[in-house]
Amino acid sequence: MSYIAKPSAHHPALPRNALGLTRRDYEGSMSTLCAGCGHDSITAAIIEACYEMDLPAHRIAKISGIGCSSKAPTYFLSRSHGFNSVHGRMPSVTTGANMANRDLVYIGVSGDGDTASIGLGQFCHAVRRKLNMTYIVMNNGCYGLTKGQFSATNDKNSPSKKGEANPFDAIDLCQMAIQLGAGFVARSFSGDKRQLLPLIQAAISYKGFAFIDVISPCVTFNNHPASTKSYEYVRMHNMASENKLDYVEPKEEITTDYDEGTSTSVELHDGSHLMLFKVGEGHDPRDSDAAIHTIRTNAAKGTIVTGLLYVNENQQDLHDVLGTDERPLNGIAMSELCPGSKALEAINARLR
Amino acid sequence: MQASEIAARSRRRGRTPPTDISDPQYFHKVVDCQWACPTHTPVPEYIRLIAQGRYSAAYMLNWESNVFPGILGRVCDRPCEPACRRGRIQVGDEGNAKDPSKKNAEPVAICRLKRVAADYKGEIDSFLPEIPTQKNGKRVALIGGGPASLAVARDLMPLGYDITLFERDPVPGGLMRTNIPSFRLPASVLDEEVGRILDFGVEARFGAEIRSLKKLLGEGYDAIFVGTGAPKGKDLELPGRKEAAANIHIGIDWLTSVAFGHVEKIGRRVVVIGGGNTAMDCCRTALRLGAESVTVTVRSPRKVMKASDWEIKDALHEGIPILDNHAPKSFVVKDGKLVGMTFEKMVQTGVDAKGRPKLEASGEIVTIDCDDVLMAIGQENAFPWIERDIGMTFNEWGQPAVDRRTFMSSIPGVFFGGDAAWGPENIIWAVSHGHQAAISIDAYCHGRSLVDRPKPGHTLVSQKMGIHEWSYSNNYDPQKRQAVPHATLEASLKNLKLEVELGFDDRIAAREVERCLNCDVQTVFTDNLCIECDACMDICPVDCINFTENDDEADLRQELRVPALNMSQSLYVSGPLKTGRIMAKDEDVCLHCGLCAERCPTGAWDMQKFAYAEAQAASACLSHHNAYLG
Ligand SMILES: Cc1cc2nc3c(=O)[nH]c(=O)nc-3n(C[C@H](O)[C@H](O)[C@H](O)COP(=O)(O)OP(=O)(O)OC[C@H]3O[C@@H](n4cnc5c(N)ncnc54)[C@H](O)[C@@H]3O)c2cc1C
Ligand SMILES: Cc1ncc(C[n+]2csc(CCOP(=O)(O)OP(=O)(O)O)c2C)c(N)n1
Ligand code: SF4
Ligand code: SF4
Ligand code: SF4
Ligand SMILES: [Mg+2]
Repeated sequence: MSYIAKPSAHHPALPRNALGLTRRDYEGSMSTLCAGCGHDSITAAIIEACYEMDLPAHRIAKISGIGCSSKAPTYFLSRSHGFNSVHGRMPSVTTGANMANRDLVYIGVSGDGDTASIGLGQFCHAVRRKLNMTYIVMNNGCYGLTKGQFSATNDKNSPSKKGEANPFDAIDLCQMAIQLGAGFVARSFSGDKRQLLPLIQAAISYKGFAFIDVISPCVTFNNHPASTKSYEYVRMHNMASENKLDYVEPKEEITTDYDEGTSTSVELHDGSHLMLFKVGEGHDPRDSDAAIHTIRTNAAKGTIVTGLLYVNENQQDLHDVLGTDERPLNGIAMSELCPGSKALEAINARLR
Repeated sequence: MQASEIAARSRRRGRTPPTDISDPQYFHKVVDCQWACPTHTPVPEYIRLIAQGRYSAAYMLNWESNVFPGILGRVCDRPCEPACRRGRIQVGDEGNAKDPSKKNAEPVAICRLKRVAADYKGEIDSFLPEIPTQKNGKRVALIGGGPASLAVARDLMPLGYDITLFERDPVPGGLMRTNIPSFRLPASVLDEEVGRILDFGVEARFGAEIRSLKKLLGEGYDAIFVGTGAPKGKDLELPGRKEAAANIHIGIDWLTSVAFGHVEKIGRRVVVIGGGNTAMDCCRTALRLGAESVTVTVRSPRKVMKASDWEIKDALHEGIPILDNHAPKSFVVKDGKLVGMTFEKMVQTGVDAKGRPKLEASGEIVTIDCDDVLMAIGQENAFPWIERDIGMTFNEWGQPAVDRRTFMSSIPGVFFGGDAAWGPENIIWAVSHGHQAAISIDAYCHGRSLVDRPKPGHTLVSQKMGIHEWSYSNNYDPQKRQAVPHATLEASLKNLKLEVELGFDDRIAAREVERCLNCDVQTVFTDNLCIECDACMDICPVDCINFTENDDEADLRQELRVPALNMSQSLYVSGPLKTGRIMAKDEDVCLHCGLCAERCPTGAWDMQKFAYAEAQAASACLSHHNAYLG
């Protein structure tokens, strides 16, 4: 962390979005994470995504658990709603919020410890329920906040900084998410904003459960060359199967620059598109089996597939499934929300 | 990202080579104020010294560069201020006097801080260079006692030269004495700083006009320096000029007469013709000599007036109207006496190739009644005392040809500087010429090459004190530029000698110093340490830093996070990084806040103080600079 606040001055020619805001208006307070932490880079990508999508900050809720990663929401969107919850409990808090107000954009931030250990059950049920949210795991293969113990996503062949071997196999959160029915599953790398930014934009546009596992090196405890979560390793083994991608906003037209044979367009619920450019073999991101196959075969070779892994363009979200009211609870009159003891008695009478 | 950008990414790209930061001029240019200062005064260093209350050291650092800190801290033309980076970052509320629709940029008050160093300094005699009692046997003649000649004397005396200064006037100082009014520059300040140089043992002869260069050349000097200024004010030959001569005055001559007390009053209604600083001094002086109404007329629109913004403001503040687009036509004479002037109003019809307004006469004639006219329409060099048969080459404008690098004329051993060299400039340029001429004179007298100029001194030293601690105040202070207190208008207009600007006191100065961005503390990047984590790019408050594919500079500038459109500012480009990309930093609006270096996990960025000092003839004059160069 720094002793000085980030200067209020910004570049005089800094562009403004449709709301008249600059990128700087989407920042939070000064990061207290270690210098070079991947989480800060993801923070910057979230700021950029919200700025570019012209999102009004007060229509966004950012929710997290516990960990360095879960501290990150403090460092973006200082004008949004926020809830820094309990370890592993981000999904249930988000579920509650989302049920109460379906009109907000939900950005959940968690860590690999927060999600794959203590919060694994919570994670599974948020996926299964198809909660309309963007779930970002800042994945560094360790518990950064508590001094770098192995997390459940640390690869078996990836030793600790001091050289200790990791005796357990890793949990692959993307495979789990696909199996549990997530509609949008992607993996990315904090050091590759060109890929990460459009993925975050698409995930926010996606209506349903959108999951992004972002490999995010912990410079302090897990960035040694032998670590499979280090900058160096990820850069050398990143098989970006859909490396080049592009987010096209609803108002923009898709131009013919996109080459038919090598590109796929994924339409998102708000009319925006994610354009995918295949390099090498690739797989059809609409085919969940193929997605899991690609992840597994690459992992066996020690390579990491990043990009959009799986998408179901027709997923229904939890509100659709439950057939809830179109309106957020705060838009429903008290008399309707709480019809009173007479109504309760009538219900009870029906059950007797 | 747009499809067109994707297409752009796949086209063949050019390449910008890595920046050579071993060239001292690279980082020198980043220090906008120092780069813009003709004598390259280390501004941020003296501002930090003032912040620490080390006024004498701040004064000496100035004195070594610019010779007249007390004078320049009041009346310098201050080219550093429009160049100051702070003015590109914070634009203030204050309207511009030339174009009220424009807001003034708010550079650091560099000039006023210089005055603080002069006003608050303690005893400095012990810091002055030693003057050898054993002379070096070389005799140099200086013609004119203005800032150019005095700077030459300051630089050569510590080397043991025997110097004779010839001045036509009874006192030294040149136009600083005779033309800059004492309500802007008190005589005491002038006496102190000019006296300091003469006290080095210069043989000064006053009332000694040089009437023949040929004769002087025969007197056996090893070198001669011509620092006679541009002493001739331009005249306007209009109808009525002769008849009204008694009430028509050449501005600079009139100001000289006022300075020497030969003129003590002026008519009731005065018209000043001209839009430069001389016009501003004339009108304000006329007001103090008792004129009831003073009007300034300018031929061109206000926007392109030559006078400095702050001088125009001061005149306006004293209630003097400035009428622009007024072209003088004739002097109106009645009964053999001046009673007014006629003007034809001009209209702007467009702009010429250089962007200057094109003017056309409108046919509308305006008469302004007046009792006296002051003409302040420019100066010319005049050298009636240089014979044309002594081998001096004159150029197509009838001026002596002077080499831009060595300051020597076509007669070996005869040097020029100040306004005499290439026409009217200002004090700080005169001093800069003086330094360069002194280097040449010393080389000439010792048979060394004049073309091989001595190199500047420079160092680059890390300022890191701890993980988040730097040896300079790196915090950005959003404070607005501090205003300078003025004497009351009522008191000022009654007293020709009362200094109008009171200067910053230590409390105002303490606020203003914090506005300086320490542009000399450089962001230094070591490419092989970078792991491309983006931390610096993400933290940078002004989006200077980019990680991108290389390209030729013109395209690279367009492709940055915020396009680098200020072509006067450099791009700092690294060699290829591990991913094959490069780091490209636009120096334009970097705040030197050090956050990039604080957020860098590998120390690839460091904040390093770049100290830079121009070479001078006598290194004895550079003792503070040498300490600062470490
Ligand atoms: C009204 C006015 C206001 C100005 N205000 C400012 C200002 O605020 N800030 C600023 O930076 N600049 C200002 N200037 C410009 C500045 O004063 C000059 O650029 C500067 O003084 C030039 O210095 P110099 O040494 O070349 O010549 P000068 O200062 O002109 O000195 C030349 C000296 O040589 C003497 N001399 C001339 N011929 C002979 C001879 N044949 N023999 C002996 N002696 C001779 C003259 O008497 C004079 O003393 C102003 C100029 C004017 C006219
Ligand atoms: C209920 C509970 N158990 C344990 C902890 C201790 N704890 C704090 S953070 C953390 C792990 C964080 O790891 P991760 O989610 O990966 O975040 P990172 O710091 O790596 O970003 C643990 C175990 C806690 N705060 N609360
Ligand atoms: S400990 Fe690791 S995860 Fe936590 S802030 Fe530092 S680098 Fe980031
Ligand atoms: S901010 Fe300070 S160092 Fe930078 S140009 Fe201005 S005065 Fe000079
Ligand atoms: S010092 Fe670094 S972080 Fe600060 S403005 Fe300059 S480049 Fe940006
Ligand atoms: Mg972790």
